[in-house]
Amino acid sequence: MKSRLNALIDALLPVIATLAALLVGAIMLLILNVNPIVAYRALFEGAFSSSNAFAETLVKATPLLLVGLGICIAYRGNVINIGGEGQMIVAALLSTWVGLSLSGLPGWLIIIIAMLAGTVAGSIWGGIPGILKAYFNVNEILSTVMMNAIAVQLMNFFLTGPLMDPSQAEIASQIPQTARLDEALRLPRLVPTRLHLGAAIAVVLAFMVYILLWRTTLGYRIRAVGQNPHASEYAGIKVKRYIVLALLMSGAFAGLAGVFQVYGVNYRMITDGSATGFTGSAGFNGIVAALFGQLHPLITIPASVLFGGLLVGANTMQRVVQVPSALIQALNGLVVVFVVSSEIWRKRRQRKRMMGLDSDETSENQDSKLPKKTVEETP
Amino acid sequence: MISDLFSVTVLVGILSSGIRLATPYLYASIGETFSQRSGVLNLGVEGQMLLGAFSAFYVVLNTGNLWLGVLTAMGVGAFMGLAMAFVTVNLQAQQGISGIGFYLFGLGMSNLLFQLMVGTVETVQGFPTIDIPFLSQLPVFGSIFFSQNLLVYLAFLLVPLAWFVLYKTNLGLKIRAVGENPEAADSLGVSVTGIRYFTIILGGTLSGLGGASLSIALLNVFQQNMTAGLGFIAVALVYFGGWKPWGVLAGALLFSMVNALQLWIQVLGIPITSEFAVMMPYILTILVLVVSVSKVRSPSALTKPFEREG
Repeated sequence: MKSRLNALIDALLPVIATLAALLVGAIMLLILNVNPIVAYRALFEGAFSSSNAFAETLVKATPLLLVGLGICIAYRGNVINIGGEGQMIVAALLSTWVGLSLSGLPGWLIIIIAMLAGTVAGSIWGGIPGILKAYFNVNEILSTVMMNAIAVQLMNFFLTGPLMDPSQAEIASQIPQTARLDEALRLPRLVPTRLHLGAAIAVVLAFMVYILLWRTTLGYRIRAVGQNPHASEYAGIKVKRYIVLALLMSGAFAGLAGVFQVYGVNYRMITDGSATGFTGSAGFNGIVAALFGQLHPLITIPASVLFGGLLVGANTMQRVVQVPSALIQALNGLVVVFVVSSEIWRKRRQRKRMMGLDSDETSENQDSKLPKKTVEETP
Repeated sequence: MISDLFSVTVLVGILSSGIRLATPYLYASIGETFSQRSGVLNLGVEGQMLLGAFSAFYVVLNTGNLWLGVLTAMGVGAFMGLAMAFVTVNLQAQQGISGIGFYLFGLGMSNLLFQLMVGTVETVQGFPTIDIPFLSQLPVFGSIFFSQNLLVYLAFLLVPLAWFVLYKTNLGLKIRAVGENPEAADSLGVSVTGIRYFTIILGGTLSGLGGASLSIALLNVFQQNMTAGLGFIAVALVYFGGWKPWGVLAGALLFSMVNALQLWIQVLGIPITSEFAVMMPYILTILVLVVSVSKVRSPSALTKPFEREG
């Protein structure tokens, strides 16, 4: 009985952490002289009230899920990928160029080539920090952040230069955007809303990541490296190779998210000069969704829907009650802090059990825990 | 065009802005040096800087009182540090990812507050340039080193001060001991928790001040995400500097000089695409990490939470 209760609390920790973040947000809103009930009502109505709103939520959830899947893989291998933003950007750049320059092929084929190109670009952008981490001991958090900044400059260069929409080049506004993709190159829509095939692909991929991590040797090795690199090395696993691979695959998923933003949502690449202008901060929010999903690819699906909903709702909230949508960014930060902080309760109970004090509890879902940091985090 | 770069006036200009631009790096990196020396990697620096920058800007915009702005920014940074300390020391949260949480919070919160409380682009009257008597009259050196604003001078004075505290005081010894071997420090009666709280809060305070130096001394405006990765570079500089204040100073100067050069390249209209010029510091950071990390050993207990046995 006690064990079941504990398991339930474990499962609910992220939910409790999120509610705590919303509570802190409400207090902040009160201090700022905004009625939190009005703001939060607008938020949730905007996200889930109509089928159109819900479709919009799923559209926003798609990149979060893809980035989140990459985070699941990386985190299991004990590396943190903060580079989702940059990986989305370079993938979108390359795939947009593919779509604009290839012609004479059937649309579906070009879409597939573009998806491959984007995946490759994303995995290169993630693989570089992986190599730096594995072979040069460079902290992957810092290097991925720098890779993001470099990608933003590349994007601004291409979108105001070589890839700029010819019609924008002529008029004075000069919005940094590419030309529109041909209609044949647009991902099919699932229902008469903006919901596109990419969402379905992302869900399928979530199941594939689950199989990869828990049903294949590759996944087993990534997790082994994440849990205990020394023991893995001793067991003959080439640890460095799997560190690179984890970040590389993580980048590939973020890359695909970038491709879908172009081929499924905007049909062109467009920005306001910042990373967020193109990604909508999905590279960061995907981390939040994955942490909320306990770094489990399947739980990350509903988690992405929840956080996608918050993003859609935030826009409604900004429109209806004039509370800037930046609130959600701040709350997402709190969710991350609270979720990683709440881990301590799980750890404490686990230790008690190991010391035989809590023998009542036997079942423990080994898989849904954050990998224990067994080595010092190298710079 | 390129030859313009080598005229004395331009060189003085580059060096002088380089010195000035080192300021935010110095505050943030020196603060981060303290927390890393005690074994805590604070990746929330960027968020602390953004909140510091906004709060200082807001206070100065409304009161015109620069010192009140500085104090507010330091207070906000200290509060963020306190929260970070509770999360990493008491709750033993993983430092890398919780730092990212604090970054996202600072980014979103500073943006939210700016939109709610200011809304439009405004400038403030920041710290004025102070010409140090006699020294500022020196040819060339005068205008590079002795014609800056007060926060710039203070940032450079912070370096020897930090060195003194870390290496010549009992407190510094305790900080380094806690970062190298917390178990041993604990058995000798040093409070690991207390030391780490102190260094993380100090780091937050200085990051807040670093943010303020941007918004009320160097640029005199606030924009959303105005730090643009500066806080993360500041963390990288600690690695570059080998966890030593003088090394951090060298790193900060290297970066600020590259930044200044990059700005002057654009000012002079030298035909290098501006995006590639802006990219330089970020690429440099990665290169610097590759070169420096393998050479110096990090504090042994860095990122490891401490817990008493039993």
